[in-house]
Amino acid sequence: MDLLGFGDLLLQGTWVTIKLALASLAFGLLFGLLGAAAKLSGFWPLRALATLYTTLIRGIPELLLVLTIYFGGSMMLMAVAEQFGYTDYIEISAFAAGVAALSIAFGAYSTEVFRGAIQAIPKGQWESAQALGMTPLKTFFRIILPQVWRLALPGLGNLFQVLLKDTALVSVVGLNDLMRQAYVATGSTKQPFTFYMAAALIYLGLTVLATLTTTWLERAADPASRGARA
Amino acid sequence: MTENKTALELIDIHKSYGSLEVLKGVSLKASDGEVISILGSSGSGKSTLLRCINLLEQPSQGRILVAGEELALSRNKQGDLQASNRRQLERMRARIGFVFQSFNLWPHKSIIENIIEAPTQVLKQSKDEAIARGEKLLDRVGLLDKRNVYPANLSGGQQQRVAIARALAMEPQVLLFDEPTSALDPELVNEVLAVMRSLAEEGRTMLIVTHEMRFAREVSSQVVFLHQGQIEEAGPPEQVFDRPSSQRVRDFMASHG
Repeated sequence: MDLLGFGDLLLQGTWVTIKLALASLAFGLLFGLLGAAAKLSGFWPLRALATLYTTLIRGIPELLLVLTIYFGGSMMLMAVAEQFGYTDYIEISAFAAGVAALSIAFGAYSTEVFRGAIQAIPKGQWESAQALGMTPLKTFFRIILPQVWRLALPGLGNLFQVLLKDTALVSVVGLNDLMRQAYVATGSTKQPFTFYMAAALIYLGLTVLATLTTTWLERAADPASRGARA
Repeated sequence: MTENKTALELIDIHKSYGSLEVLKGVSLKASDGEVISILGSSGSGKSTLLRCINLLEQPSQGRILVAGEELALSRNKQGDLQASNRRQLERMRARIGFVFQSFNLWPHKSIIENIIEAPTQVLKQSKDEAIARGEKLLDRVGLLDKRNVYPANLSGGQQQRVAIARALAMEPQVLLFDEPTSALDPELVNEVLAVMRSLAEEGRTMLIVTHEMRFAREVSSQVVFLHQGQIEEAGPPEQVFDRPSSQRVRDFMASHG
């Protein structure tokens, strides 16, 4: 495939896409865990807040979220800055807006994955830790969470694939990701098939890599399956 | 027996689930070194009673004392009693070993990791010290060679022996056994009973909910028979097994040979 000198541009775009996906994953996992903890909390305002979060975010298109955060975010920042006497134009970076939008979306979906996994841990796992005098917090982080992780991995892997492809949405606010670079190259060379095909192959390569990583993590998270050493 | 100190005392324990009263005022006293077996048909409340002792189940009423220290309880919104002070509850739980019917080992941790978890996290023992103690306990239950395998690689009887070692690692003052052999295949029951017998012989204070009549008769200093949430008969094994005053206990013994 002759990329007419646009190969470097595509690679740079790919790198931006990877960074965007990984940053959104990190924050998204955090939001998901917090969301699940809130949904399972005994304190009803927290449950209500988490339900509002997942219902709202899962109910609107991700593109709308990207646009709202990018354009709405800079307006809000400017309004705040004005209170402190700063009147210049403030633009938030497309990358930051993308990470915010995608991690909020990933968090909403993964909240449900984590909630399901936490509830799937037998009650006896909590009880045996508590019966030994462990605090609820230690029980959660040392006994429950490592098991939750194993149960949640297949669902999270699935969500990460969706996230990887949703990164393309951030190209509409001008982020130089893989999607946008393919679009730019197409615009100047008038060869849509070449560049969209190249982008498609790169996305495919990334998702395959993500699947392999998930499979490897699943195996690593299940020590018993690796068999006995004695 | 009277000069022995009281290891565990339960006073007037009640437990209701909605309108269903499972425990209707049970009092029990275990002196140091005593082995008390709790018998009764299913639904008599024996497991619930055991679980109320370390608040895995919240009693509706009653008092709990471990080695003379009373667990401070206060009423929650549902009308049950909860620990007033979480620290005290955790401290007392650390002194009460609990062995579950379904073992409840942690599948993501190896056998030795299962055993050292609470000693290092709760008692703040150093890892080396906890491992050294843990290996002694594993040796004692005959499973030292399994120290690095995971629970899924063990039989039910082996898992329960590990669970006992895990409870012992806390050096508890009282050991509670909730039907420890009921989930086991018949040929695996004896290896667990043998470990429990050796614990009884070295003078551990134990409360055992069990259906193993012969075992209960041999190791118990006291046998308590529960019926519909109340103590129907209690006394030394010779009395409860051979000369029960209650017709109900006589019927139960006859049907359980």
